[in-house]
Amino acid sequence: MIGGDGIWARWFRTLTCLFLLVWLSLPMVPLAIWSFAHGWFFPDILPQEWTLEAWRHALSDKSGVLDALWLTVGIALAATALSILIGVPAGRALGMHRFRGKAVVEIMIMAPIIVPGIAVVLGLHSVFIWMGLTNTVSGVILVHLIPTLPYVILVMAGVFANHDPAFEAQARSLGASAFQTFRCVTLPAILPGIIVGALFAFLVSWSQYILTLIIGGGRVATLPLVLFNFATSGRNDLTGAIGMLYILPGLLILLITARQLSGCAGAVGGLGRV
Amino acid sequence: MTRVVLDQLCKTYSGAHGAAVSQLDLTLDSGTMTALLGPSGCGKTTTMKMIAGLLDPTGGDIRFDDRSILRDAPEARGAVMVFQDHLLFPYLTVAGNVGFGLKMRSVAPDEIAHRVGEMLEKVQLPGLGQRMPGALSGGQQRRVALARALIIKPDVLLLDEPLSNLDAHLRMDMRDLIRSLQAETGITTLVVTHDQEDAVVLADRVALMLDGQLRQVGPPRMFFRRPVDEATARFFGGRNFIPGTCRCGVFDCALGPLQLPQGARTGPGRVTFRPEALRLAASGNGRNTVRATVTEITYLGTQTRLRLMSNGTEVEALVPPTDADGLKHGAQTLIHLPVPALWVID
Repeated sequence: MIGGDGIWARWFRTLTCLFLLVWLSLPMVPLAIWSFAHGWFFPDILPQEWTLEAWRHALSDKSGVLDALWLTVGIALAATALSILIGVPAGRALGMHRFRGKAVVEIMIMAPIIVPGIAVVLGLHSVFIWMGLTNTVSGVILVHLIPTLPYVILVMAGVFANHDPAFEAQARSLGASAFQTFRCVTLPAILPGIIVGALFAFLVSWSQYILTLIIGGGRVATLPLVLFNFATSGRNDLTGAIGMLYILPGLLILLITARQLSGCAGAVGGLGRV
Repeated sequence: MTRVVLDQLCKTYSGAHGAAVSQLDLTLDSGTMTALLGPSGCGKTTTMKMIAGLLDPTGGDIRFDDRSILRDAPEARGAVMVFQDHLLFPYLTVAGNVGFGLKMRSVAPDEIAHRVGEMLEKVQLPGLGQRMPGALSGGQQRRVALARALIIKPDVLLLDEPLSNLDAHLRMDMRDLIRSLQAETGITTLVVTHDQEDAVVLADRVALMLDGQLRQVGPPRMFFRRPVDEATARFFGGRNFIPGTCRCGVFDCALGPLQLPQGARTGPGRVTFRPEALRLAASGNGRNTVRATVTEITYLGTQTRLRLMSNGTEVEALVPPTDADGLKHGAQTLIHLPVPALWVID
């Protein structure tokens, strides 16, 4: 329906919007309450007693939660940087050039998103053991590239598909060296795409559980692993507190970039054009 | 001042059958403006990109002042290309665009600002430096692209279709601007265009290119008066090609014996003359005057186009509308073919 601005259409839109908001945020509410509760039992609607105990424990040195937080940040940043480093040239090749077997390459890049991670990682495990990469942070960073790269490559392929290489030729002709051309012409044009790709990569790496567990062998304890430990041991209050920490970067990124993201619709829209 | 020599220049794209440009020999004299003219797909932009260093030739050489520049990177050649789509960097202001080349050469910001201001005045866009390119009209964007190229004082200026997609009056203004800036700076300039009128108005010399090959090079009027072949004549609006034989300066054809100018070739061939060179005559006594019947009259505004039949041969004429006022379909008239207007081709 084009230009459906009738009163019912508007109501429908508002209702859908509200429904989505509630649907997405509702599960977080009990989590937040639990993190401040000193016991919370049926049929109480709210806990009888409130406490900061869970937070105090989570943020203390002995719980290891903060170590896990920094480790997760480090791994996610490293995986993001590597994804950008590999994904930008790959996206350029896919977005701007035709070559034999391009469709096959595209499917191969999509494969890690489609194939269950656990199947991939079980096969990879033996290779990583052989290469001595299991139980190491670098091994975990490498294995995180499997799910992060496809997102970066897809976003960048969309960006480059809309990128006119004639701008680069024009810059060279005007006296810019190859490096200057990249810095002053190509980079500003693709930067919105890089930001979007980097956010995807960061959040995808941030939320990895099974890949980290198997390749890290439990020695590389990222936040999701720590969180899962507490969740399965029945400490709902600690789970709540760590859970709140865990969703923090996602919320932060969303807040910081919400405006830019809506402003650079071209980059996001590029995803749909691949 | 730079003299540009294209020496047996060739380009074949991989996967294409047939060369885009084959064995092109062309010299751009120092300080002149040359138009590379031809229909789309004739290889003219390919040629320009090879000079700019954006495409590698498959054969031949390009020399600036007798020095081969084929191994130089595009930014080191001293040749600047202005693209057809003007390609202003959308995230830079107008001033940022115009100053781009200077910034790449690490010129001090103060001097860049000063020279950008000067340059914007030269292209008649003073005070627009802080606008974004998207806020400008098409004609203004063209002028910014021209300023951006001229500000770095290139040895060679390459303009790819600088007048395409402009309104009629903007086109005239832009022509004048390009001509005056070229005359003022004395930069050796090559203009690629598909429009013969632009080529004729802009350039000191025209090079006509058809199917990757150069057909004729010379001052603009040669293409009207002395075309080398039918394709060249037709490209410039030639319509009349009448077969016959030339002996001792007289051409024998269906229109009767026609007196030819000196230098015309002898033997079998075709006589050609431009539609606007033909005159309606009052009396039948003069040389090269023949009787004809009007078969079609079309009023074109500034001219009237006549189709005439003479001895079973069709002739097309463009005459001032007042001359054709009395004529009706089927009328008998006398037409005069001035001797200097005739030329013989294959």
